[in-house]
Amino acid sequence: MAINWFKYSSPASFYSLAGKMIPIFVFLAVVLTIAGLYVGFFVAPTDFQQGEAYRIIFIHVPAAWMSMFLYVIMAVWAGIGLAFNTRLSSMMATAIAPTGAMFTFLALWTGALWGKPMWGTWWVWDARLTSELILLFLYIGFMSLQAAIDDPRRADKAGAIIALVGVVNIPIIYFSVQWWNTLHQGASVSLNQAPAMATTMLTGMMIMVFASWMYSIVVILKRVRVIILERESHTAWVAELRKKEAAR
Amino acid sequence: MFFWIIRRDLLLAMRRRSDVFTTLFFFVIVVSLFPLSVGPEMNMLRTMAPGVVWVAALLAAMLSLGRMFSNDYLDGTLEQMLLSPQSLSLLVLGKALAHWLVTGVPLVLMAPVLGIQYDLPAEALFVLTVSLLLGTPVLSLIGAIGAALTLGLRGGGVLVSLLVLPLYIPVLIFGSGAVEANMAGLGYDAHMSLLGAFLLVSLVFAPWAAAASLRVSME
Repeated sequence: MAINWFKYSSPASFYSLAGKMIPIFVFLAVVLTIAGLYVGFFVAPTDFQQGEAYRIIFIHVPAAWMSMFLYVIMAVWAGIGLAFNTRLSSMMATAIAPTGAMFTFLALWTGALWGKPMWGTWWVWDARLTSELILLFLYIGFMSLQAAIDDPRRADKAGAIIALVGVVNIPIIYFSVQWWNTLHQGASVSLNQAPAMATTMLTGMMIMVFASWMYSIVVILKRVRVIILERESHTAWVAELRKKEAAR
Repeated sequence: MFFWIIRRDLLLAMRRRSDVFTTLFFFVIVVSLFPLSVGPEMNMLRTMAPGVVWVAALLAAMLSLGRMFSNDYLDGTLEQMLLSPQSLSLLVLGKALAHWLVTGVPLVLMAPVLGIQYDLPAEALFVLTVSLLLGTPVLSLIGAIGAALTLGLRGGGVLVSLLVLPLYIPVLIFGSGAVEANMAGLGYDAHMSLLGAFLLVSLVFAPWAAAASLRVSME
């Protein structure tokens, strides 16, 4: 079966496709979240060192991973939008940014909550924490640049450039922060030596990672649908849609 | 063309000398505020000095970014430059270098004096100056991207800081790190090499990205 993928690069046809995909991903997200939390809270054993407090890992690690994945995906979509002038790709990038920023914030917040009982402090200037904080700044920069520009096409392109510059800079920033930390002083807390994890803990965490993926897909698709409607409000198909909604 | 741009921007800056001095005095004032706020204890000031001078240099470079393109944008010169057959990247590079000559170089020259205020030893003063000399052009070059993207936007001045400051972090880390390493009796070659690497990378990529941003902003 040959599918014409380019058909879905048109906002109008993607709008209805996204509408059909959302329920599937909602279902997957709910099932996986329930399963992941069940494994996390009831199946996974208590850690012999960290006690019950470690269980925040089931939120913290997926959030941290998602925050980084989503930035890269956002930059890829933005880059495609810039290179091929496809409107939908840029809309995807715009739709991804708030979710990415949310996960970054969540990772920092849960990290602080985890750090307090484990290290006795809410915050250390560890390389990972610092680079996660900078990632949050990059997301905020992207979103506020797009928010400040009224013309949506210019907002797309300007956002794409700053996202791509950011993606080039992420490794540089990450390694600078890491070297800064090691050159400065020995890290007081090492995150590198991950204790060998029990299999059930790992399973729970992986399920939660997939749940976060599904959640992100749902939210991003919903947001991109809203963005499509907003930008295409002058077109005939949106007017037709409006008529259909009104008739119902 | 490249030198023509630099000459023209320098000439314009000389006609409006107060702009140059505003940036310089901003730098001096920020650096002088720190002893007043944390106390005149010399040992502490000495350890703080590299960081304080570098953060002040970052802020001063950032505050003057708005001027890089905005005047040319307002009087239409920038549009003519975009239409000219010359490579836009080269033009942007010229403007960034002119910006550095006007704002970066005075900071570099002023830094040793401020270092003395903080009782830095002579060798550390030298390292501070060299690190600023290598680092401030990077600030102008990366800043050009931010300045081009925020051209003509409302609230552009605050926005440019959000965009540009996270990108300045590596320069800040190694710039102040070099001085700190020197004062701790360690070698600072690695820091200087990395600063030099940043300079080369941004020399190649930043004008190109800034030119693309200008095209987006002007269309």
